[in-house]
Amino acid sequence: MSQRVLVSIFEREGDVLQATKAARNAGLPIVDVFCPYVVHGMDRAMGLPHSRLPWVTFVLGLTGALSMSIFQYWASAVDWPINVGGKPWHSWPAFAPVIFEVTVLLGGVGTVLAFLVWAGLKPGAQSPVSDLRVTDDRFALVLGQGSGFNRSAAESLLQKFHPVFIEERDIDPGQQVTR
Amino acid sequence: MADALIVGRVPLIAGNKVSADVTRDVLSALDTKPSALWWGGLALSMSALGLGTLAIVYQISTGIGTWGLNRTVGWAFDITNFVFWIGIGHAGTLISAILFLLRQRWRTSVNRAAEAMTLFAVMCAGLFPLIHMGRPWMFFWMLPYPNDRGSLWVNFRSPLVWDFFAISTYFTISAVFWYVGLIPDLATVRDREPGTMRSKIFGFLSLGWTGSFRTWHRYEVVYLILAALGTPLVLSVHTIVSTDFATGVVPGWHTTIFPPYFVAGAIFSGMAMVLTLMLVARKTMRLEDYITPQHIDAMCSLVILTSGLVGLAYGTEFFIAFYSASPYEQFAFYNRALGPLAWGYWIMVACNVIIPQLFWFTGVRRNLVVVFVISLLINVGMWFERFIIIVASLQREYLPSAWSDYAPTLIEITTFIGTLGLFFTLFLLFCRFVPVIAIAEVKGVLRPAHGGHAAHDSHSGYSDAVTPEAPRS
Repeated sequence: MSQRVLVSIFEREGDVLQATKAARNAGLPIVDVFCPYVVHGMDRAMGLPHSRLPWVTFVLGLTGALSMSIFQYWASAVDWPINVGGKPWHSWPAFAPVIFEVTVLLGGVGTVLAFLVWAGLKPGAQSPVSDLRVTDDRFALVLGQGSGFNRSAAESLLQKFHPVFIEERDIDPGQQVTR
Repeated sequence: MADALIVGRVPLIAGNKVSADVTRDVLSALDTKPSALWWGGLALSMSALGLGTLAIVYQISTGIGTWGLNRTVGWAFDITNFVFWIGIGHAGTLISAILFLLRQRWRTSVNRAAEAMTLFAVMCAGLFPLIHMGRPWMFFWMLPYPNDRGSLWVNFRSPLVWDFFAISTYFTISAVFWYVGLIPDLATVRDREPGTMRSKIFGFLSLGWTGSFRTWHRYEVVYLILAALGTPLVLSVHTIVSTDFATGVVPGWHTTIFPPYFVAGAIFSGMAMVLTLMLVARKTMRLEDYITPQHIDAMCSLVILTSGLVGLAYGTEFFIAFYSASPYEQFAFYNRALGPLAWGYWIMVACNVIIPQLFWFTGVRRNLVVVFVISLLINVGMWFERFIIIVASLQREYLPSAWSDYAPTLIEITTFIGTLGLFFTLFLLFCRFVPVIAIAEVKGVLRPAHGGHAAHDSHSGYSDAVTPEAPRS
């Protein structure tokens, strides 16, 4: 079961930003916007919530810090204590550098992996709009066509923002564009 | 209206480009046949790499007795080169992470190449401790893995173990940061000529990037988090490298100034290497509109700053040696400035503290040939800094009866030349096969109201979109 969407193509970031704002104010469902670079203010125009990725970093970083603290204590003070320069068994200041490095390693790599999974990025994945130059210099606003969708009203709204063209497309819900 | 707001400011990217121009200009390097200069450089680099490979095979199969080390000078050429390369890498992280957090938008033109430089420099750096182990196939003994010797764990109190964790984390995070930054540009290459072999390879590597703003929105968060993690990471890496020395009781090493001193020196040497590479890249890859004199100027300013920090550290070391009233500490510094390696010490002072002061003059910063020569001299000076710190301190330690001298053998010199070959081979291949400038980031710093579609400006719904964007350039 594929989804019917209305794709409008723009050439300027100001146009697509305003069109997105107008579409959202008119209550049209915004499936996604495709851009070659980060358009500032687009997250507000689309009404996107804050990302939860910082929580992933926090939890994984904390996991790294705690596990390395416990492991270094266990290896140096419990499992096989070795006297190095007369320092205490649990000479925790000397363990800080490794704790820090593992915190950064787990937090950083884990955040990127979580991002790839949430964004559906994986080797060999296909892009549903790659024929529209949206990775070069164009911007695409994709509106969903739910029940009661009035195409001519939506088109006349979008025409104010100088679209290059507007077309209807069927998009497979499994594809990224629906995320 | 937008133009009125940015009057008097030089645009970051010259030549009034639009997004499509950026795509075309940056990717043209992938299409055009490489110049004779590129081939010449590659041939030279690969010869050096081949020579270095022979030296490495020889010293590993024979043993590191092929080096010029002796009982007194137990660290010399190898560790100098390790610190030299790891320091060079740090400027890449400075540009990609620290300048990102400081919202320095000029970084977009140079960050891709600087991050690549970081990766290649860390690869070169990693080779040296690996060879120094003598039995590099036992490198995994540095890992705390369960083993049948007890388990005998690594000594977590040792800076050498910290180093292992720091360098491997640094390399991993730098590689991930670089790749994440590369994904949108890989998709741009993919979509440019559908159906070609290159499009398929880049399509696979681009992980199905669509340009979806929902993804961009998360991508910005990931980028910010990686920058925020990378900033303390880069400080920690060279801090830990400095503790390799500072935790030893050798006069001249055993000082608390070492961590900031090493970090400043690392960024200083790295900025010099970035300048060297960027000046070559902009000329040979025809990127004059993207790496403008303004970018060179900004990097020269960073060189003045870090040169000042390094100079301050040199002075502070001498003062603290005098003030400590420790005869050993005082002698170590007397020996640096007037001992058998005094010639190296004064090369270091001249190249790192005196010559960079020329960058105070605008005329010098704008003369790219002079900038290039100075950047090379700083590279030399920073190599000597590490050599002096290591060898001049060890050769005249506490007991005069143990004093010794050191000279590198041909094998050690060839190994260093080999890493130079590795570094430049990788960099030249990078320039040829990967977008050398972050296309998506540069598009974001173009002036939003440029020519071509000027008629649109008078229409409703456009002008107030431009206004908040205009001061960005």
